[in-house]
Amino acid sequence: MPEYYVLMFKSVTGAMQAEKILKKSAIPFKIIPLPKTISTDCGICIRFEAEQLESIKLALASKVEYSDIRKI
Amino acid sequence: MPVTSNSKQENMKLIYLDNAATSWPKPEDTYKAADSYARDIGGSPGRSGHRISVEAARIVFDARDSLSMLMGAGNPMRIVFCKNATEALNISIFGLLNPGDHAIATGMEHNSVLRPLKALEKRGVELSIAQCSPEGEVDPFIINKMIKKNTRVIYMLHASNVTGTIMPVEEVGKIAAGKGILFCLDAAQTMGALDIDVLKMNISLLAFTGHKSLFGFQGTGGLYIREGVEAMLKPLLLGGTGSNSEKFEQPDFMPDKYESGTLNTHGIAGLGAGVDFILNTGVAAIRKKEIELSGKFMEEAGTVKGLRLFGPVDPLKKTPVVSFLLNGRDPADIALKLDEQFGILSRAGLHCAPSAHMTIGSFPGGTNRFSFGYFNSMDDVKAAIKAVEELSIE
Ligand SMILES: Cc1ncc(COP(=O)(O)O)c(C=O)c1O
Repeated sequence: MPEYYVLMFKSVTGAMQAEKILKKSAIPFKIIPLPKTISTDCGICIRFEAEQLESIKLALASKVEYSDIRKI
Repeated sequence: MPVTSNSKQENMKLIYLDNAATSWPKPEDTYKAADSYARDIGGSPGRSGHRISVEAARIVFDARDSLSMLMGAGNPMRIVFCKNATEALNISIFGLLNPGDHAIATGMEHNSVLRPLKALEKRGVELSIAQCSPEGEVDPFIINKMIKKNTRVIYMLHASNVTGTIMPVEEVGKIAAGKGILFCLDAAQTMGALDIDVLKMNISLLAFTGHKSLFGFQGTGGLYIREGVEAMLKPLLLGGTGSNSEKFEQPDFMPDKYESGTLNTHGIAGLGAGVDFILNTGVAAIRKKEIELSGKFMEEAGTVKGLRLFGPVDPLKKTPVVSFLLNGRDPADIALKLDEQFGILSRAGLHCAPSAHMTIGSFPGGTNRFSFGYFNSMDDVKAAIKAVEELSIE
C-alpha cells in the first residue's frame, strides 16, 4: 500500500485552482471527498502519493493557498 | 438575425438595438455551455464531493479564471459571483460604509449606486456628487478636490448607460491610490467591451454583470475584491458555503465569505463561455467593430433634421450607446413606432439613471436609446438611420 497525503483547502475554489495547475504538470493526484476525521475544511481535497510531496509543494508555491498537508 | 415578429407585419426582420439593457443574441457557446451543464452534468458545485459535484465546481472555477484573466486580477480567488452588478454594488456600498464615513460618486451613476448611497445618507453617511458636463464627462480634478479626511471611497461607472460616455478611470484610480482611499468601478456597461486592468487602474472593487457585454445570461454577475479589501467589507448574505460547516460564523476567506447559497451554475457556465468568446475574439477586435457601428450612426444621424443627439459625438469617447430625441417628441411614442413599423427594438425613458438625465438635460422625459453590440451589422445601423429619417418627417 502506498503512503498517501492529502492537500486541504479552506474553500472548494482553492481546490479547483490547485487542480487546474496540477493538471498542467505531470504529477499524479486525485480529488477525493475530505475524510471528516481529518478536518472540516471544504468538502474535497487532493490526494497524492508521498513521493509527490515536494513536487506538489513546488508546483503550487506562491500560486495557491492551501490550509494544510496531512498524511492519511 | 434569426428572429421574426409575429405581429401584423409577418416575417418582419427584427433589429435588436438594446444591448445596453441586455445583449442579444449570445455567442453560440454561451447557449451550449448552459445546456451541457444542465443536461449532462448537474450537481451542486463542490458541495458534495462526488464526480458531478466536482465537475460543476470546475465549471464555476473556469469561469472565475476566465474573468480574472479578462480584468487582469492576477488571481481568480479575488472574484466573487453575485446575481448581477446591482448586488455587487450593494455589497460594495452597504458592506463598506458606516455613519461618519464620506463617499464620492459622479452625477452619471446608475440607480444601482445612487439609491443605496442615498439610503445610507439618511443613516449618517456623507455623500458628495461630482457634477458632470452635459456630455456626461467628469473632471478628475473636481473629484480630487472633494476628498477629505473621512473619505473612504469613490464610486464611478466606467461608461454611462445613457450616453456611452467613457469615464477617466486611470486618472481617478491614480487619485484614489494617491490619497489612500478605495476606488469602486461599476463596469456593468464595459467589461468585455473596453480594456480593463484592475491592478494597473488601481481599482479596489469592480462590479460586473454577466448579461450585457460579457455575453452571459441574466442572473449572473460579480465583484472583484482587491487583496486586503475583504477585511473591511461585510457580506450582504450569510449562510451555507460548503466550508467551515461546523461553525456558526460566516467564513472570512475569499470567495466563500460573499458566496452563501448555491450558485447559479448553469448561468455561470454560460457566462464562462461568453467570457471565453471575448478572450478568443479579443477586446480590441470587439471595440473596433463597435466603434465602426457607433461611428457610422453618429455620422449619419448628425444630418437628420430634428434629431438631437446627447453625449460625445466622437465614437472613441463612448461605448456604442446613443441617446437622442426626435423633434422633441415623446420617446415612448417613438420607441413604439420603431418597434411596430420598423422592427427596431430600443429603449425609451430614463434607463434607471435619472441623475444622468438631469446632467445631460433630458429629465424627466428621458431619451430614446439605441445601443449597438458586437453582433449588430452595418445594415442594422443603416436601417436605424433610415427609420429615424422617416420618423423625423412624419
Ligand atoms: C451603468 C450600470 N450600472 C449598473 C447596472 C445594473 O446591472 P444589473 O441590472 O445587471 O444589476 C446597469 C444596467 O442595468 C448599468 O447600465
